[in-house]
Amino acid sequence: MALKMVKGSIDRIFDKNLQDLVRGVRSHREDEAKYISSCIDEIKQELKQDNIAVKANAVCKLTYLQMLGYDISWAAFNIVEVMSSSKFTYKRIGYLAASQCFHDGTDVIMLTTNQIRKDLSSPNQYDTGVALTGLSCFVTPDLARDLANDIMTLMSHTKPYIRKKAVLIMYKVFLKYPESLRPAFPRLKEKLDDPDPGVQSAAVNVICELARRNPRNYLSLAPLFFKLMTSSTNNWVLIKIIKLFGALTPLEPRLGKKLIEPLTNLIHSTSAMSLLYECVNTVIADCCVCVKTDTCPRPPQLCVQKLRILIEDSDQNLKYLGLLAMSKILKTHPKSVQSHKDLVLQCLDDKDESIRLRALDLLYGMVSKKNLMEIVKKLMVHVDKAEGTTYRDELLTKIIDICSQSNYQYITNFEWYISILVELTRLEGTRHGHLIASQMLDVAVRVKAIRGFAVVQMATLLDNTTLLAGSGQHKSICEVLYAAAWICGEFSEHLEDPVHTLEAMLRPKVATLPGHIQAIYIQNAAKLFAAVLNGQQGTPDCQTMQESSQLLIDRLPLFVQSADLEVQERASCILQLVKFIQKLQHKEVEVGEEVTALFAGELNPVAPKAQKKVPVPDGLDLDAWINEPPSESESEDEKPVAVFAEEELRHARPHHTEVDEKELARRREARKQEQANNPFYIKASPTSQKDSTGVEHIPVVQIDLSVPLKVPGMSTSDKYLKLEEERRQRERKERGKKEKKKKKKREKRSGMGRRHDSGPESEEDIAPAHMVDIVTEEMPENALSSDDDEKDPNDPYRALDVDLDKPLADSEKLPVRAHRPTNILKSPADDGEVQEVPKEPKKKSKKEKRDKEEERKVRLLWLRCPNGEIQCTCTKSSKHKKKKQKKDKEKEEKKRKKQHGHSGDREGEESVQNGTLEEEPLPVCDIQGNLQNGSQVVVSIIFENKSTSFLKSMEFNVLDSLNSKLQRPEGSGPHDGLTVPFQLPPGVSNEARFIFSVQSIVMPQRLKGTLTFIVKADDSSTHEKLDFKLHFTCSSYLITTPCYSDTFAKLLESADLKGTSVRLQEVSLPFHHLLAKICFHHHFSVVERIDSCASLYSRSIQGHHVCLLVKYAHQTVTIDAKCDESSLLGNVLEEIKKTFSQS
Amino acid sequence: MQFMLLFSRQGKLRLQKWYVPLSDKEKKKITRELVQTVLARKPKMCSFLEWRDLKIVYKRYASLYFCCAIEDQDNELITLEIIHRYVELLDKYFGSVCELDIIFNFEKAYFILDEFLLGGEAQETSKKNVLKAIEQADLLQENQSEDWGGLAAEEVL
Repeated sequence: MALKMVKGSIDRIFDKNLQDLVRGVRSHREDEAKYISSCIDEIKQELKQDNIAVKANAVCKLTYLQMLGYDISWAAFNIVEVMSSSKFTYKRIGYLAASQCFHDGTDVIMLTTNQIRKDLSSPNQYDTGVALTGLSCFVTPDLARDLANDIMTLMSHTKPYIRKKAVLIMYKVFLKYPESLRPAFPRLKEKLDDPDPGVQSAAVNVICELARRNPRNYLSLAPLFFKLMTSSTNNWVLIKIIKLFGALTPLEPRLGKKLIEPLTNLIHSTSAMSLLYECVNTVIADCCVCVKTDTCPRPPQLCVQKLRILIEDSDQNLKYLGLLAMSKILKTHPKSVQSHKDLVLQCLDDKDESIRLRALDLLYGMVSKKNLMEIVKKLMVHVDKAEGTTYRDELLTKIIDICSQSNYQYITNFEWYISILVELTRLEGTRHGHLIASQMLDVAVRVKAIRGFAVVQMATLLDNTTLLAGSGQHKSICEVLYAAAWICGEFSEHLEDPVHTLEAMLRPKVATLPGHIQAIYIQNAAKLFAAVLNGQQGTPDCQTMQESSQLLIDRLPLFVQSADLEVQERASCILQLVKFIQKLQHKEVEVGEEVTALFAGELNPVAPKAQKKVPVPDGLDLDAWINEPPSESESEDEKPVAVFAEEELRHARPHHTEVDEKELARRREARKQEQANNPFYIKASPTSQKDSTGVEHIPVVQIDLSVPLKVPGMSTSDKYLKLEEERRQRERKERGKKEKKKKKKREKRSGMGRRHDSGPESEEDIAPAHMVDIVTEEMPENALSSDDDEKDPNDPYRALDVDLDKPLADSEKLPVRAHRPTNILKSPADDGEVQEVPKEPKKKSKKEKRDKEEERKVRLLWLRCPNGEIQCTCTKSSKHKKKKQKKDKEKEEKKRKKQHGHSGDREGEESVQNGTLEEEPLPVCDIQGNLQNGSQVVVSIIFENKSTSFLKSMEFNVLDSLNSKLQRPEGSGPHDGLTVPFQLPPGVSNEARFIFSVQSIVMPQRLKGTLTFIVKADDSSTHEKLDFKLHFTCSSYLITTPCYSDTFAKLLESADLKGTSVRLQEVSLPFHHLLAKICFHHHFSVVERIDSCASLYSRSIQGHHVCLLVKYAHQTVTIDAKCDESSLLGNVLEEIKKTFSQS
Repeated sequence: MQFMLLFSRQGKLRLQKWYVPLSDKEKKKITRELVQTVLARKPKMCSFLEWRDLKIVYKRYASLYFCCAIEDQDNELITLEIIHRYVELLDKYFGSVCELDIIFNFEKAYFILDEFLLGGEAQETSKKNVLKAIEQADLLQENQSEDWGGLAAEEVL
């Protein structure tokens, strides 16, 4: 052994340490991957050595590699080994590696529970610290459940260093194991008064984080925090407290008022920007609340001033945050922000794009009828000078957002808006053609008064098709033509010169547009044509009509050949129609009306949510099957046959033959052949033009225009701005005159008329330029008005939404493990069982609401508990300890019920039932047995009184079996009960231990027992009894004992062991879970694991060796087992089998 | 705080600390995306950006970027303060820290961070206390290493 150690340390000299590795990686820039893979090979060798120093060094290097992006999950087990080192140096490295690479899915985490528990209770505060730090990164729900109690204990540690960490990590524990919140909260609250400022601040941190998610439960802490806020000088703490209040005030508006003063003081006094910012934010949030309840003391003028200072600051960060906060004020106090428009517009020029975008957001809320045009004008200037298309596109969308918000509320002049949209189409390379198009359509459809103007503008756009389609690589802008064509077609009655527009829509260049736009062109050309016919109706001169028919007949064939199906179809359809019309025209038949009838009727806008809002008619159940679903039993082969046969009979449908793949292929081939031989068949080719050279082969010169072209004849929006101003002025004057007149009149009449304040023009005074009728979108009749937004059921914080003021129920106790031996391999899944026991009966008993017999409920609880199992384990001193899980205690009382239930009606009854259920004593199941020697079991039971009455004279008795006997004091008879050495006031718990002697451990044992006690109420006492069962399984006689593989091999070779095997089928667990389960439930330790095969070892309290070989393949687990006691082995295997059949 | 990343101007990750459990794949994806986004920003730009549903706060110190992800309601300025304080701690510990210190002693950088932040929350606002804790832990480590120097006497026994 010594030689090995020496050898190990000599090897070490040649090992690379971390620095060497880093250096190596840096000097192998070219072939980094290769170098690292050789390093990983070395590390793998190092990890195989027994020397922990070598291993730790290897793990440290792996942590570095992990940061470089290499997978080190394969070394997870080695990391655990290093974590378990007794030396802080290595432990620290192990925990670091674990915190960097463990996550919820890491299997080996479940092996760490006991190691972590040991470290948590280490006398060295740095061991504890390092474990807490690590845990904060990789805590899983299982770890959280198993360690919650240990961590909670650490919250009261003597060293503030540990307390602080323990408090902080509790937050992570709550998130992973929400049940721990209620039991741990009182202690957490105590920590708010901790003498150490660090601990106090940690507690504030945690409670603040909790309260932000579920503020309602923390309202009762408001006074406490208020006191803290006024006394604390630590900015970090203050920020957290203020944040907490920010979360509370929406629930308690009075709190907001109370806060204003201290917050204002802070805003005035603090020099820390972070604190100032937090205060301002919270005041803003408070004011939002106040506005809702109509009690706002005053607009946050102070905040706005402070924010202005931030925005004016040269520090980009403050500027950004100032704008951000400003936008929050905007929502509730738009007026107080609007006066800072100048500042915001200034920010649009900032060199930092993120600041410009923030400013844009603000503008969105700042517009009013009065300033919309002016603001948009400024934005248009920015659009022109913006460098970079992203920002320009952002501006474009913002302009449209600003104008279209709340149903075009702020637009007084739609002619202006249309011209803005038209101007925007000149932007090169924008991605938002579609957005502009949909705005054009929306406005034209919904604002009837603007159609005439819009149509004229659109006609101009169409006339300039070449411009739009020719410039730039980004085709998105041509979407605008889609809208233009549709608007011209649909509202063709407003066109000045329909024939000209018709001509424009049928130019050959149109064929280069995307298919869906061409299709719209064709369709609307037809509409235009109808309009032309209709317009010329009755005039003697029919030349125009004939000309336009001829135009269509000449131009449409180009589109009939289009590759786009939609275009082709529409074109050929309309071509035929026009040809027919032409014939009729030659016969001088009036067709105008008939053709117009094709496109008669108005299209109304439909609200996007209309479909969703159609109410479900009475009696229609959408979830019900209309026809019964086909039954599962039908075999798949017969199904199709049967269905077809039936249908054919019933509907006499044309015969459908089922065609198989081969047949299809053959037909395809035949068709191809036929096509090839058919001279009239035009094969699919990139261009389906008849002319094989095709339009695409004609070189098209891309004109790149860097200067936005002024489209001739197009009005500019600026013009409207001026006009609008003039108009407003005029109106104002007129109104002023009228008002004066009115005033005079009124004064004459009564002399007491209410005076109109003719101050600055208010919003409402601005009349729209022309009567604007914004058609609202259509909704179905009886539309449902609810817009329910459901809460996200996956919100991880929802589970933490619990009432913290309610007294703790027994069922909520954290699993107590402090007195347990430390090296039990524990699978989390199991503790759950223990935990859940108290809860399940609750549910069950709720179901039995009618059951008035309290006693019966008590029994129910007990029926669930008896599966108490016994675990054995071995402490380092190799003393045997025995452990029992499960069981006990409860109590009840009919009297309570009588007191509350007197009303007798059902409702009353029910609430009482629920009430009693809550308080009903539930078994607390932390029972622990200690096996001091090979034939003794110590069972410790926690008794907890959940009732409101005093319990006394408790007697614990078990019916002895031949094999297992309760050890009673000398002199007492074999059936005497043991007095529990304490009494239980309401809500109190205590633990008692009982020793059992066991002779043979080869068979499981079930012991029946009773607990008797006296319930003492105010005026009477009743005697009560509880039955229970203790179950000592064979597995519980086993002790988790580590074993080296060589020892294990020797054991197997020896002839004293008898073998047997079992097979478990349909086990869907992953193999590592399976192993963990066996290890945990049955106290085995893994000796070796190779792929899906592992050897396990355990020892009984009487020294029997148990060896398992577990193989896993195709959901089947084979366990070959050897033991020197075959019936023990048989029972253990039986129990293993049971474990898996349950899961 | 959800996570903290340190990376160089060349985009090399120097340190990463995740306070939310994520798979390696996600971590890599996020890192790659963020490093790119942050490096693409111009020097005069503000230190905050919105990214997915998080806020990113970053600051450049010499050739290193310190980058934190915080939640919507968190305070950006205090996060900047945290970054700054961490840099100060590193500076005190290493004595005018440079990128190489962090590369070669990356585990120390983690230890300091762990003493300063726990689970994404500041656990100790006093620089003095953080450094004291680190020094004592280091001392403990050195004492043990010396023990080991005695040819692992313990283990032989």
